[in-house]
Amino acid sequence: MALTTPASLGGGIAAEQVRRQLTGNRSDVSGKAFQAILIAALATSIVILGVLVYDVAQTGSGTLTGRLGDFLQGSLRSQAEASGILQGLRGTFFIGVFTVVVAFPVGIASAIYLEEYARSTRLTRFIDVSIRNLAGVPSVVYGILGLAIFVKALGSFTGPDAQGRSVISAGLTLAILVLPIVIITSAEALRAVPAELREAAYGVGATTWEVTKHHVIPYAAPGILTGTVLALARALGEAAPLILVGAVTGFLSGGTGMSLDSLDERFTAMPIVITTWAGRPGADWEQATAAAIVVLLAVVLLANAIAILLRNRYEKKRG
Amino acid sequence: MPDNLTREVRLMAENGSPVPRTEPAPPGVPQQAVFDVSGVAVYYGDFRAVRDVSLDVRQHEITAFIGPSGCGKSTMLRCFNRMNDLIDTARVEGDISYHGVDLYDPAVNPVEVRRRIGMVFQKPNPFPKSIYDNVAYGPKVAGAKGNLDDVVEEALQGAALWDEVKDRLKESGMSLSGGQQQRLCIARAIATDPEVLLMDEPCSALDPIATGRIEDLMVEIKERYTIIIVTHNMQQAARVSDRTAFFTTEVNEESDRRTGLLVEYADTDKIFTTPDDERTENYVTGRFG
Repeated sequence: MALTTPASLGGGIAAEQVRRQLTGNRSDVSGKAFQAILIAALATSIVILGVLVYDVAQTGSGTLTGRLGDFLQGSLRSQAEASGILQGLRGTFFIGVFTVVVAFPVGIASAIYLEEYARSTRLTRFIDVSIRNLAGVPSVVYGILGLAIFVKALGSFTGPDAQGRSVISAGLTLAILVLPIVIITSAEALRAVPAELREAAYGVGATTWEVTKHHVIPYAAPGILTGTVLALARALGEAAPLILVGAVTGFLSGGTGMSLDSLDERFTAMPIVITTWAGRPGADWEQATAAAIVVLLAVVLLANAIAILLRNRYEKKRG
Repeated sequence: MPDNLTREVRLMAENGSPVPRTEPAPPGVPQQAVFDVSGVAVYYGDFRAVRDVSLDVRQHEITAFIGPSGCGKSTMLRCFNRMNDLIDTARVEGDISYHGVDLYDPAVNPVEVRRRIGMVFQKPNPFPKSIYDNVAYGPKVAGAKGNLDDVVEEALQGAALWDEVKDRLKESGMSLSGGQQQRLCIARAIATDPEVLLMDEPCSALDPIATGRIEDLMVEIKERYTIIIVTHNMQQAARVSDRTAFFTTEVNEESDRRTGLLVEYADTDKIFTTPDDERTENYVTGRFG
């Protein structure tokens, strides 16, 4: 489309012509269609999520409003109306603690070593690829690993009276399960630190340790935090490996102790409680299951909320 | 260079004490060489980025590296403070000596090197910290204790930034304009009291007014520092530098890869008026590059 220069025409006519050229409505059908597809995809995810949450909340509302205190503080029973999830919450809490205490430091430290210290060699590239593959290994496989190492081989340490089927074994197994995720997401966050920042610090004579401590970690902290919380949420939601390391699916006496001494006793956890109850017949169990799901969702959302608050604080610091 | 000074520098490099600041030589006496470079080639893995660089950098002079993109001038600059060490595959062949000490001797600590040989980068890169902390960082990691107010003020004065920021030292260095950020980076570099400043196209991201201020500043501070500047801007090299090294690229017939090399190194006047090499003349007269 040749644009006639306004100078070649009279003032008023020129303006009119330019206006017509500029406002010419070129129809962009494929662009609009693409946008519609994107919106439809997003809407699908949101609607599915919304229906799930609504359905679960609706089903569980009787239990949650009727006897929330008893439900949170009660133990596993044979009647749905009398059952509570304290033992499951306790197991899930300790699994979270193990993940935070074991997987986070080890994973973040591994990522820092790989990104900041290790030279890029064939070996480090091999390790990098291996970690990525480990993140894709099915969780049941980690359950078998946990069964072989923490339950069988180290049983006398992880739970002498429970034949190793303790929350220690479960926590360590899930910590190892999420370790590759922690390493990968932390490494990505470290890789996103601008090279200029490192050069600036090295340029005034900082050592690798000082560059890492003063500049790289503070800058990468929000990203590391996001990744680790996703890993935590994954650990809290896993059921399959827990079954292999001997989580109790039926009735459990004890399993409510919050002291360190009680860590080597038999245990259960929220995902196990949910899968067990979901298999039982009757509307009562259905209600109890839904209520347990709502509680687990709330726990995970709480962990996410804390992470977002911490991340915002770090980001503000980063300036 | 007298042997006793060499030994002194070597001892200081090992003990971590500052280098003695020598006065500019009186007229007529040959200037001391700070760097002596001979037969240097830099590789990234198998790729040879630059070859056959031999030159000496004299004290209290501004030495400019000019040449087309990819000619290895920045690569060469980064050899002087061992910044290339940060790239795993980088390898330096040949000799670079600093006051007679081989910079690539295994016993030399690159951290100590960088405290004596500061660097200003192409893109202003202040830390996401306060103006004060930006400047105080170098002295702090060098072990300075106590109140650094005087050090910070002196460095900011030295970088001609003090008057503009003295009332807002607590504000983020990122809040400054591009030209101010670059002067902040210069202040940060001189706060550790280095002997040499390496400047890698320090004005390429700046407007002409900010560029002019940085150029004036360079000429002012060469009394105290030895400066090597890489620049794309030939007028800049002509305006500020005492000596100029012209680099160019050549294409390897077999691998089809470009390697940089040093063509000519002489007084700036000579490079820009009566260069010996035809390639230099073509470049400075704008017929090439």
